[in-house]
Amino acid sequence: MAHSYTPGLKVSAFTTVRRERKLPLAGSVLVSVGQAVEAETIVARTELPGNVQTVNAANILGVLPEDVPDCLVKPVGSAVKKGESIAESRSFFGLFRSKVASPTDGTVENVSTVTGQALIREPPIPVEVDAYVDGKVVEVHEKQGVTVETRGTFIQGIFGIGGETCGVLHVCVAGPGEALTEANLGSDVRGKVLVGGSHVTTSVLRRAIQLGAKAIVIGGFDDQDLREFLGYDLGVAITGSEEKGLTLVVTEGFGEIPMAGRTYELLRSCEGRKVSVSGATQIRAGVLRPEIVAPRLMEALPPEARADGGEPEGLTVGSLIRAIREPYFGRLGKVVSLPPELVALETEAKVRVLEVDFGDGKRTTLPRANVEMIES
Amino acid sequence: MTIPKPESIQSILATDCGSTTTKAILIERRGDEYRLIVRGEAPTTVEAPFEDVTRGVLNAIMEVEELAGRKILDGERIITPQSGTQGVDLYISTSSAGGGLQMMVSGVVKSMTGESAQRAALGAGAIVMDVIASNDGRLPHQKIKRIRQLRPDMILLSGGVDGGTTSHVAEMAELLAAADPKARLGAGYELPVIYAGNKDARKIVEERLAHKTALKITDNLRPVLERENLTPARDMIHDLFMEHVMAHAPGYKKLMTWSPVPIMPTPGAVGLIIETIAREESISVVGVDIGGATTDVFSVFQGVFNRTVSANLGMSYSVSNVLAEAGLPNILRWVPFEISEHDLRNRIKNKMIRPTTIPQTLEELIIEQAISREALRLAFEQHKALAVGLKGVQQERTISDTFEQTASGETLVRLDHLDLLVGSGGVLSHAPRRAQAALMLLDAFLPEHVTELAVDSIFMMPQLGVLSTVHPKAAKEVFEKDCLIRLGSSVAPVGPGKDGVTALRVSLEFHDGRRETLSVPYGYLKLVAVPEGQTVKAAVSPERGLDVGAGKGREREVTLKGGVVGVIFDCRGRQPFSLPADRERRLSKLTEWNDALDVYPVAVRA
Repeated sequence: MAHSYTPGLKVSAFTTVRRERKLPLAGSVLVSVGQAVEAETIVARTELPGNVQTVNAANILGVLPEDVPDCLVKPVGSAVKKGESIAESRSFFGLFRSKVASPTDGTVENVSTVTGQALIREPPIPVEVDAYVDGKVVEVHEKQGVTVETRGTFIQGIFGIGGETCGVLHVCVAGPGEALTEANLGSDVRGKVLVGGSHVTTSVLRRAIQLGAKAIVIGGFDDQDLREFLGYDLGVAITGSEEKGLTLVVTEGFGEIPMAGRTYELLRSCEGRKVSVSGATQIRAGVLRPEIVAPRLMEALPPEARADGGEPEGLTVGSLIRAIREPYFGRLGKVVSLPPELVALETEAKVRVLEVDFGDGKRTTLPRANVEMIES
Repeated sequence: MTIPKPESIQSILATDCGSTTTKAILIERRGDEYRLIVRGEAPTTVEAPFEDVTRGVLNAIMEVEELAGRKILDGERIITPQSGTQGVDLYISTSSAGGGLQMMVSGVVKSMTGESAQRAALGAGAIVMDVIASNDGRLPHQKIKRIRQLRPDMILLSGGVDGGTTSHVAEMAELLAAADPKARLGAGYELPVIYAGNKDARKIVEERLAHKTALKITDNLRPVLERENLTPARDMIHDLFMEHVMAHAPGYKKLMTWSPVPIMPTPGAVGLIIETIAREESISVVGVDIGGATTDVFSVFQGVFNRTVSANLGMSYSVSNVLAEAGLPNILRWVPFEISEHDLRNRIKNKMIRPTTIPQTLEELIIEQAISREALRLAFEQHKALAVGLKGVQQERTISDTFEQTASGETLVRLDHLDLLVGSGGVLSHAPRRAQAALMLLDAFLPEHVTELAVDSIFMMPQLGVLSTVHPKAAKEVFEKDCLIRLGSSVAPVGPGKDGVTALRVSLEFHDGRRETLSVPYGYLKLVAVPEGQTVKAAVSPERGLDVGAGKGREREVTLKGGVVGVIFDCRGRQPFSLPADRERRLSKLTEWNDALDVYPVAVRA
């Protein structure tokens, strides 16, 4: 399994980030190519067709379904108000009148001559898409949206909750191994994206919401806290639509895990900058990881952070890796050898392995499947 | 690209793109028979940064090249036909990556055409996201909302017998039209909808849906109340899966051009192989394929084939959902050592977010196998609940499409009639010791009386399933010689007993004439080595109140098949089977059972 390592998360000091901003349905694009946009700029707008309500007109009127169209007082396509009559019938020499009242404000969409049902469509629901990041429009997708490009620092997390947001970044802890506590949350966190270290609890998240923080970026988070925060046990990692009042980005995994040093340092170099954050995660086809995008100029970077590794290469001797499974979960090291032969683990399974130096000068054997490259 | 004539095929390369791993196998003709030569695998690359399934396929093939010492690829092209020692004559593939085929089905009456439509979709290898029916208890606007939310890959609309009323079919078509459903993949194409209902309503359905969806019409899947006709709908699902769904998944367009044989959904291919075993050996079979995202269960009882898929029970992407559905105590009951809830929860979630990792320590392996027991158990429960007969009508259906219908709503799955239980999927096929797979199967399925156990050796049933459609001889030979590993037989008496009191007395007569008698107490497991390919004659005498298939307390003479594990006398109880409630007692029982089958390298103790 020469290729059996997990592609790592991207942690880049300076890179180009492009994001497609598309409507769910065709609509209008409000910006043009080359235009500078801010994260909050609305770039495209449309209207989703409203929900449909049905009413059995034939039953109410006491007529055959094929006769319903003759009873319409509001023809198909006309606007109606809730309670307004859309069809009427007279019976017993015109003495008794039956009325079909519209169950909602909307438009008469269809009347079936087979079932006798009338369909009323509620008013359209407006949908807007913003630019999400400060940048420039580089492509317009006709009637669908745009691609926005920006340059700056880009960091992927492993798991997140909550949707897109933006705010000024503020590092709340003194180092990547320090847990974020309520004591770290000052009154100045309103509207900010907060960076913690190794761990955060639900009570700290709730306090941050009270104080008006927009997002929290943290190394580790406990599953028990996740359950408490969401109010249910998350079964499948498809997130992003939670409305908890805060976006959470976990960079390392579940448990108390210091944030990777490079990630922490890069975030620290963004202190005071406006950043865009998304918690949306999808660990299935078309994988989606949460992210932090900090638009900036190369010159604004500290010189030592400017090097960018470019496209990820395969695992080689010297590659920086992170162990992503017990018993070394979360530890960072450097690959010292890649033996080609299969090696038996404690479980007796024979797998491809690599040897890693975790900084203690010793060679530790790990299955290749259990490491992830730290990409720059 | 044309399919070569079977007799001219010297080598076959087959891949299966799973949600986690892409597996490639190389089959060659050696003399008169086809044999598996090597197997390679690589992570599936539907995800970023690759977002192209063919990368994983190429990586898996490169591993095959390395292991077989044979050139198959010319750059990114598979060399066909074979020329000298280079290339292969046939390339085929199955796929369940990208979440598989996700369908919504619709019928008029939920328990009749709704169920028939569900069976057609499941039989074709789909995950059924929802069954919408006129009488499903939801109001029309709720159904419309649900259809809009789902975003399936495909919709199967059925309803009504031929010549019957058309109004309910029209109603369902109108609901679909009002919902204006969108496809899951690719914004720019119309959602495929198959209509397989009352033929008199075709025009009505066309009027309502043809302009909004990619509508296809096929024969009614329930032409008369007494008969199902699922094959045309299943075939149409396979065609549209290729044309619409696969063509929009990342890289599949390219993959499809590599093979002359349509890419088949993985579960559909596994189903073909399970049906073949049952038919050829005239036996009842349960097969299970536990993957990263889903678990499929297949069964054939009395010649009738069923398949169910548990969409969110799996060992990587869905591992956290196993915890959510089974509950922590149910997983912990299988772990023979202390572990804190906090720790276990974090481990499970870390597996979910990094799904391709493998257990490195014994402790991790045991936890993973504990989770798999619960995933298998839950998937089997769901299978039993869905594999029920039609309501009181005569059947005239083909083996592959139908359910038995002697009793209303009764499950067809009878553990006391089960002859062969086959496990497949990473956690079973890759278990470092075969005894681990045997015990996982016993614990999860609780087979009764006498049952043979087997595993798919290196998880190649999907590839062999699709191969059986173009080269049945090669598929059969490889299946028998290289795929199925016969683990042995289990003998499990049904009924209550008292722990430690003799439950079974057994007289065995081995292949070489050797005789042995043994007694097995209630609450214990006993393993007798009988190698693969050999049998042992057994006279099994249960204690009063216990039944091994001849009646309570009655002796049964039976020939037991051996295997790589052997013959397992499982006297831990059936109906009921239960683990001790006391923690200490439970831990010691688990250790005792693990030791009895030599399941782990060192005794794992509390």
